[in-house]
Formats: sequence, C-alpha cells, structure tokens
Amino acid sequence: METITLQKPDSQFLRDVRERSGQEPSNCYQCGNCTAGCPYNFAYDIPVSRIMRLLQLGRRDEILQCKSLWLCATCQSCTTRCPNGIDVARIVDVLRHMAREAGYATERNVKAFGDAFLESVEKHGRVFEVGVVAGYVRKTGRFWTDIELGPKMLPKGKLGLRPHSIQGAEHIARIFRRYRGEPEPAATTGGETK
Amino acid sequence: MTLTIGYYPGCSGAGTSVEYDQSTRAVCARLGVTLRDVPDWSCCGSTPAHTVNHVLSAALSARNLELAAQAGLEVVTTPCPSCLANLRIAGHKMEQPAFRDDVRALLETECETLAETKSTLQVMVEEVGLDEVQARVTKPLAGLRVACYYGCIMNRPPEVMQFDDPEHPMAMDNLLTACGAEVVPFPLKVECCGAAAGMPRKDIVAELSGRLLDTAAGLGVDAIATACPLCQMNLDLRQGQANAARGTRHAIPVFYFTQLMGLAMGLSAREVGLSKLVVNPKPCLERAGLL
Amino acid sequence: MRIGVFVCHCGSNIAATVDCPSVAEAAKLFPDVVFATDTMYACSEPGQDGIIQAIKEHRLDGCVVASCSPRMHEPTFRRALERAGLNRYMLEMANIREHVSWIGKNKELNTGKATELVRIAAEKLRLNTPLFANQFDVTKRVLVIGGGVAGIQAALDCADAGIQVIMVERETSIGGKMAKLDKTFPTVDCSSCILGPKMVDVAQHPNITLYAASEVEEISGYVGNFDVKVRRKATYVNWASCTGCGLCMEKCPSKKSHDAFNEGVATTTAINIPFPQAIPKKAAINPEFCMKLQKGKCGVCAKVCPTKCIDFEQQDTIVSEKVGAIVAATGYDLFDWTVYGQYGAGRYPDVVTSLQYERMMNASGPTSGHIQRPSDGREPKRVVFIQCVGSRDKSVNRPYCSGFCCMYTAKQAVLTKDHIPDSDSYVFYMDIRSPGKGYDEFTRRAQEQYGVQYVRGRVSMVYPKGDVLVVRGADTLAGTQVEVEADLVVLAVGVEASKGAAHLAEKLRISYDQYGFFMESHPKLKPVETNTAGVYLAGCSQGPKDIPTSVGQGSAAAAKVLTLFAKDKLESDPQVSSVNQNRCVGCLKCTMTCPFGAIKDVKDRAGNTKAEVIETVCQGCGICTVTCPHGAIQLQHFTDNQILAEVNALCQPELEF
Ligand SMILES: Cc1cc2nc3c(=O)[nH]c(=O)nc-3n(C[C@H](O)[C@H](O)[C@H](O)COP(=O)(O)OP(=O)(O)OC[C@H]3O[C@@H](n4cnc5c(N)ncnc54)[C@H](O)[C@@H]3O)c2cc1C
Ligand code: SF4
Ligand code: SF4
Ligand code: SF4
Ligand code: SF4
Repeated sequence: METITLQKPDSQFLRDVRERSGQEPSNCYQCGNCTAGCPYNFAYDIPVSRIMRLLQLGRRDEILQCKSLWLCATCQSCTTRCPNGIDVARIVDVLRHMAREAGYATERNVKAFGDAFLESVEKHGRVFEVGVVAGYVRKTGRFWTDIELGPKMLPKGKLGLRPHSIQGAEHIARIFRRYRGEPEPAATTGGETK
Repeated sequence: MTLTIGYYPGCSGAGTSVEYDQSTRAVCARLGVTLRDVPDWSCCGSTPAHTVNHVLSAALSARNLELAAQAGLEVVTTPCPSCLANLRIAGHKMEQPAFRDDVRALLETECETLAETKSTLQVMVEEVGLDEVQARVTKPLAGLRVACYYGCIMNRPPEVMQFDDPEHPMAMDNLLTACGAEVVPFPLKVECCGAAAGMPRKDIVAELSGRLLDTAAGLGVDAIATACPLCQMNLDLRQGQANAARGTRHAIPVFYFTQLMGLAMGLSAREVGLSKLVVNPKPCLERAGLL
Repeated sequence: MRIGVFVCHCGSNIAATVDCPSVAEAAKLFPDVVFATDTMYACSEPGQDGIIQAIKEHRLDGCVVASCSPRMHEPTFRRALERAGLNRYMLEMANIREHVSWIGKNKELNTGKATELVRIAAEKLRLNTPLFANQFDVTKRVLVIGGGVAGIQAALDCADAGIQVIMVERETSIGGKMAKLDKTFPTVDCSSCILGPKMVDVAQHPNITLYAASEVEEISGYVGNFDVKVRRKATYVNWASCTGCGLCMEKCPSKKSHDAFNEGVATTTAINIPFPQAIPKKAAINPEFCMKLQKGKCGVCAKVCPTKCIDFEQQDTIVSEKVGAIVAATGYDLFDWTVYGQYGAGRYPDVVTSLQYERMMNASGPTSGHIQRPSDGREPKRVVFIQCVGSRDKSVNRPYCSGFCCMYTAKQAVLTKDHIPDSDSYVFYMDIRSPGKGYDEFTRRAQEQYGVQYVRGRVSMVYPKGDVLVVRGADTLAGTQVEVEADLVVLAVGVEASKGAAHLAEKLRISYDQYGFFMESHPKLKPVETNTAGVYLAGCSQGPKDIPTSVGQGSAAAAKVLTLFAKDKLESDPQVSSVNQNRCVGCLKCTMTCPFGAIKDVKDRAGNTKAEVIETVCQGCGICTVTCPHGAIQLQHFTDNQILAEVNALCQPELEF
C-alpha cells in the first residue's frame, strides 16, 4: 500500500469541507460507529469512518474518487449515532458535491440517475417517472435493467405515461438556470441583467 | 373532529405510490381531516437535489413551503418521508440568514413566511390521536400480524425531525395496534431499505431489503406496514428481485399504513387502492377475515 | 513606612517578556519605596535570603514581591517576612507571571503593566497593618460520609490512630460497589474476602459509630468545629434489638421487591438484609413494596420476629454530632444506559450491565455464581462485551473516561471463560486503558491465554434475531463492519457522580464539577483536599478510580485529618470582617446577607443593637462590607481604603520614565 506523507495534508480541502458542512472533522476519534451502522458499507470501497480519517489527513483525491460517496443514501444512521455529534451524512453529502464539481463520478449510473431525475424536475416542475427512466437509459446507454418490473407496474397504472407539468414549471426551470449561473433568455427575463 | 391542514402529496403520489395518496385522502376524509393541496406544488428535489447542492435542494423545497404559507396553510403534511426530510431540512437550514439569502437568490422570492411540515404519520398520532382513530375502527385488524417499518429518515436526524424515538419509533405500532392489529416488535424499524439505489444499483436494494424481509419473515408476520413510497417500492415491487438475488421465496404483502387504517375503518379494498400492490395481499387479508 | 520591592525573573518565565530591572527601577520612584531590586528566583533559598537581608539592612516595614500567583508562593514569602521579624500581613504580591508574562507577548506593554501592578501593590501595602491570628480548640472527631471501600479505609485509619469516627452510609449496609463485585482485577481475588474483614472491623471498632440508612441533613460550623445533623431514615425495624436472624425475610409474602443490592438481577422481599455479610446485619423494610405500609394488611414480619423489633410507626430521626473534620467518600453511580435506543434501551433482557454481570458471576449472588441468560436461564456460550457505554461519548454529555471499565471488562471476560470453558467472548473497545501495575499484562493475558477476541470499534446496534442478539460493530483495525451473534451482551456502563452528590457538595460548601464530581483543591498537589478547610475527599466521589487508588485516597484523607488533629489548637485566619461599633447603627443588613451565618447581634452597654462577627465562622468573603450602608463593617486586609488606594494607584497619570 501507498505510504501517506503526513507533512503535506491538503489543508485547503479540509477548510472547504469544514466550511461547507459546518462540521469539525477533527472531532472524530475514529471509533468506527458510523461504519458499524452504515447499511451500505458492504457496497462501499472506503468505509465511512475511513473517509473521516482520510479527511483528517487531507487526502482530497483519494476521497473524491471513491465510490462510497455515490452510494451513501443519506440514511442518517451515522449522524444519529456518532458519539461526537458529527453530522457525518452531511459531510458525505458535501464531499459528493465536491466530487461532482471536480468532475468525478465513480458510480456513473448513480450520477446518471440523479441527473435524469433533476432534468425531469427542471422540465416539468415535478418528476415524471417514465421520463426519468428514459433519461437514465439515454445517459447510461444501458437498456432499462429493471425491465422485468414494467409488466408489474404498467397494468396497475403506476407508470403515468404522460408528464403532468405544473403552472410554475417555468419558475422551477429558472431556479435551475440561476443555480447553474446561466444567463436568462432575453425574452423571458424582460431585460433583467445579472 | 374537524381539522384542516395543508397537503403535499409528492411526485410519487401521482405515480408509483398512487395507493398511498389515495388511502391517505380516504382515511383523512373518514377522520374528518380536510386536506388542502398546496396550490401548484412542485417537486421537492428529493435525494438527487441534495446530493448535488444544498441551496438548490432547499430552493426547490422552499418554493412549496412559501406557496403553502401564502395560501394560509401554516402546517403542511406529507405522507412521504423523503419529501418530509427535504422540506423540513430546508425550513431548518433557512433559519440561518446567510443560507436563507442564498435560497432567496435562486427563488427570486422573499420567503417571508414558510409553512411547517409534518409527516402524515405524525398528524395521525398527534393531531388526530389514537383514541379518535380507535373510535373509528369498525373492522378491527384482529388476526393480522404486522411488522411496522418506518424507514431510515422518518425520525432521523432527531434534531430536524423532532418526532418519535429515532432508534425505536412507536407511532405506527401504536396506530395499528389501535386498529386492532397484532403488531410484532420489529427490530429493524429504522434500517435503510436501499432507498433510491434501486435503478442504478439494484443489487444493493436486493441486499438491504432482503435483510428486512428475512427478519420480518423470521417473526412470522402476515404483512409489513410502511410509511414511505420508496420503502414500499423496494420491499414490494422489488421483492422478487431480492428473492432472486438471495435465493429466498418471500411473498410478504407490503401495505402503506394508511391502507390498513382504511380497511380497519371499513373502507373498501378499492378505496384504499389494494389492487396497486404487487405482492398479492388477498390471502393474508382473507386469512384474517378482513376481506 | 519603608517599603522594599522585589521583582522576580522566574528564570525566563517572566524575564523573557518583562524587563524586570526597569520595573524595579520605576518602583524606586513610588511613595515610601526605599529599596527595589530584581531577583532571579525570589522563592529560592538565595532569593528568600536576599529579601530577609534587605529587610534587615534597609529597616523595611513591608515588602512587595512581584512574581507568580499568590496561590503559588504567598505562604513562602509570608514565612520569609516572619523570619525577618515582620508580620506576615506586611507582604503584598503583584502577579506579573500569570497576569502578565504568560499572557502577553509585547515586552514594552508587559513591562508597563507589571510596573502598574507593582504600584497598586505598594499603594495597598502602605495601608496594611499587622494582623494576628486567634487560636481555637479542635474537636478531634471525624465524620466520614459514604461507607464504600474508600470511606471504610479512611475511617479505619483514623480510628486506629485513636480518633473518634462517625460514619454515615446511605444504604442499609456499608461496602459500596466493591461489596457487589465477584473477583477483582488484576489479581482476580475474591472481592468480599478482602473487603469483608474491613467491614467487620468497622462494625467492631470501639472508635467508630456507624449510622447506616442515614444521610447528612445539615452541616454548619468550620474547620475544627463542624456541627452535623444526620437523618436516620426509618427502617421500620428497631435496630437496637434486631439480631439479623432473617426469619422475617423467609416469611415476608411480598417477594417481588426491587433488589437494589443485586442490581435488579433478582427480586427480594420487602423486608430484607441486603446480603449475608451486610454490616450492620439488620433488616429494613422497603416501604414501597411492604403490603402493611402500602395497604395496611399483612404484618407477618412483626408476628414472626423473635425479638419483636418491627415498628411500622417508626419515623426518621435526627441526631447531632460535633466533628472537627469531614471526609466525603460518596463514590459513584452507574450511567443510565437506557438512553441508548440502539442497544435496546432496556427492552432486551439479555443485554445487562457490567455490575449486573458481577452479581450473576458472584457465588453468593442470586444465581449462585452460575451465569444465566435473564430471558431463559440458559448458559450463554457467546458473550459480547461493549466498552465505553456512557463514557467518552459527548452525545450523552459524558465525554470523560470512566477509568476502570477496560480493566473490569478484561476481568469479566477472563472469568467468563473460567465459568464456561466452552464459551467465546468478544470485547468491543476504543482503546485499552490499563496503566496500573500489572494491568496491561492482565489485558494481554485475557487475549493471549484466554482467547478473548478484542475488536477495536464501537457497536452501532444490538438487535434480537430469534433468541440470540446480533451485535453489529466496526473493527477499525480490519477496516470494516463486523457482526457477531451473542447469547448475552454486557455493557461496560460509565461512571457518574453518586446521586445527590451536588446537593451534598453544597451542604459541605465544596466545589463540584459539571458532572457532580467533587473538586480537589489542586489537581496535582492537593488531590484529597478541598477548597473548604477541614473537608477532604476520597475515592470515586472525586472522579472514577479503581479500588487500589480509592483505598490509597482513603488513607491519604485520613493522614490529612490526622495532620490537622496533630495540633491541639488551630489558628483562625485574621482576614475576616470586623465591625466598628461606633459606626454600626444596628440595622443588621449584614446579618441577613452573610451566607455563613457569621454575624450575630449583640447589645452594647447602652442597650443598643450592634452587629458582631464570629471570627471563626467568617470566611472573609466580604459580602457584608458592601451591604453595610455606613461602612461600619470592614474586611481586615481588604478594607475599603485599601481597595480604593489600589484603584487610585491605577488611575494615576502615566509616569515618565
Ligand atoms: C462492574 C464493576 C466491576 C469493578 N471491578 C473492579 C475490580 O475488579 N477492581 C477494582 O479495583 N475496581 C473495580 N471496580 C471499581 C470499584 O467499584 C471502585 O473503585 C470502588 O467501588 C470505589 O469505591 P468508593 O468507596 O469510592 O465508592 P463506592 O463503592 O461507590 O462507595 C460509596 C458509598 O457511599 C455511599 N453514599 C453515596 N452517597 C451518599 C450520601 N449522600 N450519603 C451517605 N452515603 C452515601 C454509597 O451508598 C456507597 O456505599 C469495578 C466497578 C464496576 C462497576
Ligand atoms: S462515529 Fe463519529 S467519531 Fe466515530 S468514527 Fe464515525 S465520525 Fe468518527
Ligand atoms: S448516511 Fe451514508 S454514510 Fe451514513 S450510514 Fe447512511 S449510507 Fe452510510
Ligand atoms: S409487613 Fe411488609 S415487610 Fe412485613 S412481611 Fe408483610 S409485606 Fe413483608
Ligand atoms: S476505562 Fe476503557 S471502557 Fe471505560 S470509559 Fe475508559 S476507555 Fe472506555
């Protein structure tokens, strides 16, 4: 295994995480309780308590490239039971944001699903489930792996085939555009400048 | 009883969990609770939004809380814990002025007043009350052995959710006991079912939901009661996948707790949307003399 | 007045950031200062000799020593003044270390501040007058509160030295937690075999009066002369005639009473003697469970008692005792672990506490030493121990380490193997804390010889599966989650201050920390003293500690008591309030405000009401002096004029250098 050089922690990274999560990573004393309770641990490449340790060591790239960040379901088990009151799930959430910003997506399909979901929200104001599936298939290039579920759902009317858009759909779309910092199309903003 | 309360069905209420929406409305009507839909409500952003950015997530949620408040609804109830978590966390975090300003910038609205959010489960227990529920029971669920499964985020983190015990919630247990069911002490009440991993990583859901199904089966239950569309889908629709992945042969019906309440209050199978369930609930209901 | 000023370098502690020679130089300009110098170590022998020599040479009347905190060396310099023939109260100290050099980096500013502090001290000194202590008698009897092993040791040591001891124990028997233990680490010797004889000694010692089932009601007075009221709680049994035969226990029909001694592992009878070796061996009725006291029906014990000592009408009584010193040894209680929902919060019968487990292993315990699962009586084959439950856990407001649970867990794991040779034990721990003599070897032996599986990580949850418990934890050394099935789970529950400790501390007027543990006077140098003269500490009442340390502290507290009692008379501190009878108008506002009841009202010759301070009771807090509308009551050594002189000194315009 690689030797970690302790003298050169990425302290900027540590500061960013601290600021964005509002949590103090050095409060972690490595008891492992978060890992102990994490339901997803079996699927993780780095257990969550080790992510906390690597964070203390400022190991940015190692953390942002790990798969665990994408698999965490924010189930709050770690947060609820951390003896030091660290909101661990929040830290993981923030690390995932940072991984996204850095262009990592080590669980491509998870990212694709999230993206497809949000695209649907942006378009209709609400989620259109069939649309999410379609978007997901398009992004991953994979045929819908849950195809066997279709026959179970379709006859029950659980998959609405037509999206229902809301009146405020444009408002939602604007939220997304502003979030991305995109300029408003002149026609809709009525001359607003940013 | 007369109670009017805002209602946020959540996107799945119009799709994969229509029966939750349907049975919630029916039970509320029976109990004299008037649900007023948040006008022109939009998606809360669910898990994908907060995994991308907290401000975006809060903005998507806050839009609804503001619309509700503008419509004069102080409290909004939602059956879905995922919506609940997003809406509550948005409200919670927007108590910090800096964060609120960031959200306002995305929303282009003032966010003067925001409605408070409570789960439908909480409303049933705290606003309606067990006595009132019990008084409405006409067909007690006697003979139905049920495990109540709350999912991971109905009560966690406790500082935000402020309802019931985060490790050992009892609200649903008490409600269904009031409806006459035999509720077993289910030890994995708050263990995660696999949540939204279903589509990208169904192996994870098979494992996690599989454990829950095994444990429930070990307790000899007739059915599982849930309060979450995602949990219900993972346990019910994906029960076959879990069986296939783990070599088990479970056929445990997975109800929404509101469906069971409805049945106990004499609502018909159609009124609570039983036909939408994937694992056939008929045999267990017939065995218990409820159909 | 002729004043000398001594500015100490404290090596480089002060001199590094304060220009000591120029402070001394500046001091020479202050009124009445006839001599000023800087010195390397004022407290050292040459330093003190220098002070004495200067006093003699320059015929000084008083000295200012600018050095460390008076808490550190005021007694030292006072003695030096006395050796030079001055009154000890002609000393003033300026704290230029803690208040200056250690907290400021700027040498120029520091030097200025140090100079001002010296000026303040010199101005006050100009108004100092010699003060003389009064002498008073000492009551050579000691009160020991709490009859655990620490209190027992303190009591026996004092009693053996010929001192009368009053021991007050809340429970119906002494012995404390140690009486409940099976074996003790690291030698694994039988707890009651080593404690039992000491308990008997307490009962039989002619110098010890034991009040069991009693609590301290009220304490007044001061070192050497405390007045103590003890509440002897109703036991509904006349102890003078109870022989401890136990017939009542055999016949009492209320058999489901809570068994506190057995930590609730079993139940007992409403009237009971907690355990066969109890001291005193007397029966007592638990009124909560007695049918006669609850419903008026029964009275069986009264009928069977051969000495007719049952008395359902018995009331609490108060006895008064005079003592000269007090040892507080009230021990600890266990953290209420049921806040941990993830461990079942008490719902699973086979999750027990460490102390319950001691009772289960104890040959004289309710299961006669057979380890059985509370749920079905089966012998467990897989026992999981979880350490740090309610310790080192900020989320439950218990951030501290309970000190001895690592060791007793190792002991319990070893004993489990002895009791059930074909069993497996697992210990979840965060760190193994075993710094005592032979302790680490012991925990190694548990792993190497007894095959106990130590797993480094906390446990996230315990849940039932069929009739076993699944324990899910982490092994941070293996780097992942682990799961183990257990027949029995033992929680090493953390230590907290004994119930009511804070309340008792207030009665004793001693400090306690935020968790209710009593505060020692100095964490290193005065570990068994408190800030109230004559009150000493021993055992876990001060913080978690094991038996050897508790016993050591018991003896240490006894030594302090004996040192105090070695003198026939004690000197009172003259820094107390005194009333100028001419100015006093007899309004008695001071009497009402004094928290120690140290001011009484008297009549002067003309029959007018006047206030008078009882010197031995006054603690010198000074509250009365600010209450008196006429300035008639003044605290010696801190008079209004002295304090105003200090203020004036500080508010002067800058001196030119
Ligand atoms: C499960 C377990 C196993 C242990 N095993 C070992 C071991 O093997 N070896 C070892 O060295 N240590 C062991 N210990 C630690 C040991 O119990 C303590 O070191 C020891 O009991 C401390 O003695 P103490 O006298 O200070 O306190 P305690 O034993 O708590 O005694 C205090 C006494 O004061 C009484 N009291 C409390 N408040 C009042 C009041 N207000 N008025 C009057 N009386 C009062 C109490 O009733 C009690 O009798 C173990 C502890 C536990 C929990
Ligand atoms: S539970 Fe908390 S303290 Fe323990 S390892 Fe995880 S983050 Fe660190
Ligand atoms: S929130 Fe994420 S990291 Fe924490 S326990 Fe749940 S899945 Fe694991
Ligand atoms: S009177 Fe009370 S203590 Fe005596 S035998 Fe009856 S129940 Fe027991
Ligand atoms: S002694 Fe050991 S078990 Fe007890 S609190 Fe300290 S570290 Fe934890």
